[in-house]
Amino acid sequence: MDANGLSMLLAAVEGRMADVSIFSPASPQAGWIVDLAILALAIIGIIFLVVEGILFYSVWRFRRAKNDAPGEPAQVYGSEPIEIAWTAAPTMIVFFLVLVTTRTLWQVEAAPVQPREGDQALFVTVIGHQWWWEYRYDSYDGRKLDFITANELHMPVGDGETQRPVHLTLQSGDVCHSFWVPRLGGKVDLIPGRSNLLAFETEQPGLYLGQCAEYCGAQHANMMLRVVAETPAEFEAWLANETAPAVEDPAVAEGKATFLANSCVNCHRVSGTAAQGDGAPDLTHLMSRETIAAGQVPNSRSNLRKWVHDPHTIKPGVLMPAFGLSTEEENQIVEYLRTLK
Amino acid sequence: MATVDHPQRLARSGIAADAASRGWAAALHEWTTTVDHKKIGIMYVLMSLVFLVIGGIEALLMRWQLFYPRAEVIGPNVFNQLFTMHGTTMVFFVGMPILIGIGNYMLPLMLGARDMAFPRLNAFGFWITLFGGLLVYLSFITGAAPEIGWFAYAPLTEHTFDRNAGTDFWALGLLISGIGTIGAAVNFIATILGMRAPGMTMRKIPFFAWTMLWTSFQMLLAIPPLTAALVMVLFDRQLGAHFFDVQNGGSAYLWQHLFWFFGHPEVYILILPVFGMVSEVIPVFSRKVLFGYEFMAAATMAIAFISLGVWAHHMFCVGMSRTLDLYFAAASLIVSIPTGIKFFNWLATIYGGRVSLQSPMLFCFGFLSMFLIGGLTGIMLAAAPFDFQLSDSYFVVGHFHWVLIGGTLFGTFAGIYYWYPKVTGRMLSERLAHWHFWLLYIGFILTFGPMHVSGILGMPRRIYTYDPSRDWEWWNQLTTIGALVQTPSYAIFVYNLIASLWKGKPAVDDPWDAWTLEWTTSSPPPSYNFETQPIVHSRRPLWDLKHPDDPDWQYE
Repeated sequence: MDANGLSMLLAAVEGRMADVSIFSPASPQAGWIVDLAILALAIIGIIFLVVEGILFYSVWRFRRAKNDAPGEPAQVYGSEPIEIAWTAAPTMIVFFLVLVTTRTLWQVEAAPVQPREGDQALFVTVIGHQWWWEYRYDSYDGRKLDFITANELHMPVGDGETQRPVHLTLQSGDVCHSFWVPRLGGKVDLIPGRSNLLAFETEQPGLYLGQCAEYCGAQHANMMLRVVAETPAEFEAWLANETAPAVEDPAVAEGKATFLANSCVNCHRVSGTAAQGDGAPDLTHLMSRETIAAGQVPNSRSNLRKWVHDPHTIKPGVLMPAFGLSTEEENQIVEYLRTLK
Repeated sequence: MATVDHPQRLARSGIAADAASRGWAAALHEWTTTVDHKKIGIMYVLMSLVFLVIGGIEALLMRWQLFYPRAEVIGPNVFNQLFTMHGTTMVFFVGMPILIGIGNYMLPLMLGARDMAFPRLNAFGFWITLFGGLLVYLSFITGAAPEIGWFAYAPLTEHTFDRNAGTDFWALGLLISGIGTIGAAVNFIATILGMRAPGMTMRKIPFFAWTMLWTSFQMLLAIPPLTAALVMVLFDRQLGAHFFDVQNGGSAYLWQHLFWFFGHPEVYILILPVFGMVSEVIPVFSRKVLFGYEFMAAATMAIAFISLGVWAHHMFCVGMSRTLDLYFAAASLIVSIPTGIKFFNWLATIYGGRVSLQSPMLFCFGFLSMFLIGGLTGIMLAAAPFDFQLSDSYFVVGHFHWVLIGGTLFGTFAGIYYWYPKVTGRMLSERLAHWHFWLLYIGFILTFGPMHVSGILGMPRRIYTYDPSRDWEWWNQLTTIGALVQTPSYAIFVYNLIASLWKGKPAVDDPWDAWTLEWTTSSPPPSYNFETQPIVHSRRPLWDLKHPDDPDWQYE
């Protein structure tokens, strides 16, 4: 084992891997699944030890020896009582597993919920696209919201007194995708023509990582999910920013003109401008996101520059083509994008 | 039945013997036009082994790409083609044909028949399966292999999202080879039901025949929905139909139901014949009769039936409903009961026996010790909420490779080591067999064990790259190293198969002191299998011959 492997193992022991493992749940929904998983693991662990034990013992104990007497061992054709016994035992185990599965199933599968005033619940419609996530914020705390963002889902955390669940309505804009943030709950698919539901809540602020879990084409691997859970105050501040109109900065008027004069507007949206496309991420508050390219790279000037120049150097196969703009045009657009806070 | 001693009747059917005695051109003509179940069986197995090597190379290329995070070895498109072709190849052109091939060769011999019920259909089935495989691979050669996954979920396969002709090659190839599979299934059923030696009632057929019978019924019921789905996707792509096109009123969901209505029984199609093979090998190498034959046969039937009602456990995450999720979870868990019965019966057969760990039994030991783990992780995945977390993660990849390699492959190797002397008249090298076994056993644990961990750490399937920050690197590297440990084991196996044809110790007719009918004829068998029609009184006709004082039929 090399030093790297050793440090990884140590990190696992120290709980660093708790950042991603399904066994470190941060929501009651993920927790219920862990309870079931640990129970099931215990049961199959015991079965494993018993059966492998019998197997290894039998092969070792009854292996042929050189000085065995000639002739065949006693032939045992079967035994009805024994067969019945080892049919009944697994049947009982299966019955028990069905019961606990049912309990967890009824706990974690989301039932439809309507927004109500004062219930502190967040409603978001998630639309999966090749290869990014669109978030349409519908309502929070009974207040109607109407803005669109991409790739980073923000949600408020609950506390001992108030639960602040997020209710997701999952839809697809093209092919099948799957929403999976392991520490917050199980995955639910986004299937064209259907609306699926997923609900979870957490009391632990932080960044939760996940990614698309249903193969959806060339860039399936880089369709990352980031869920930012923050205090209610932080979340309100974020809401206030997202609902505000796009920032107008006269210093980048040229960049804005270049952006609006090119194909960018066919797919992207910047609210309050002529750009009203809905095939690609909404850029109105682009700079409020930590990453671009569906969570793949940090939202830095150099990465934006690379993306505008040729997105395929970051994400080969992505649907946005390289437009072949002049260097000056690219710089103008990047400077414009940098003002969209 | 009286027989005439005629040299023609005793012509040996080995490939090398044919080629040596008649020249390669004559041998080629003989093999391409043959309707002899033994030659067809051999061709099925050889075809599968070639595809096994191809599928293995595809796997190694994928593991190379995943060794380092953000590696740039092959890129997304080639990677996506590789996992599509790897899955398709292993299921359709390795797993099913190798089992059909072994069944083809052995069943008539074990039943005391001279050939399969429909020899021409048999030849047709082989050739059309081979052509199906070639058609799918033709797409690779033309640079347009499909990038849709072996499960080919709509609407990613619709023309809107996939202009790649590879998908059409893929659908046509599977459609064609599926016709061959259905032909094989019909043939097995007719042979087992209608071609048995006198005295061999259904309660006396070798256990392998029971499993082939139920597998054949599964094929008959499972392949047509796939065929229908493939026709529908071809209609969508080529003729502008909208079966799976949501924008025009089709259903993306429909494909999933049709595909998994085939796809789940398929798993049992790939494991039931193996249950049969190890049920032949374990008794012989434990020197005991198979424990609980009737219960084993009933459990086989139960698995075949229940497996037709569990398909949507591949769809727990599509948002069916709690009630449906519960039904499919419960039905899937119930499969573990008959499987458990089988397992305990194998253990009971070994218990109190006189176990010889020669190569066929060694692989049975590998099968028993490893298949158990695949089955147990299957129980976890059947518990639907657990599946919400881990479906489409590497945990699932680990699970089903554990079933298909720890189960199907180890069991199939047991069968090949067991019957090779009968087929070729030569023994395989035991020394090479042990190298094959241990490299495969260790490499396999090292490859697929870490996958369970990377799945628990949130790694989805079918991703061509991953970020170093996700902590999956170490587990992926272990997996790749495991694949490299496995690789030489296959090379040793293939070398053993070829070299032993010439250098192997000549085999006697009954080298393992076994009990079923195939061991009464010569090794290799003459083209008519038996000089005289055997007459059967029990499940172990050779036991009766070897122990006239204590024949089996008094206990059955």
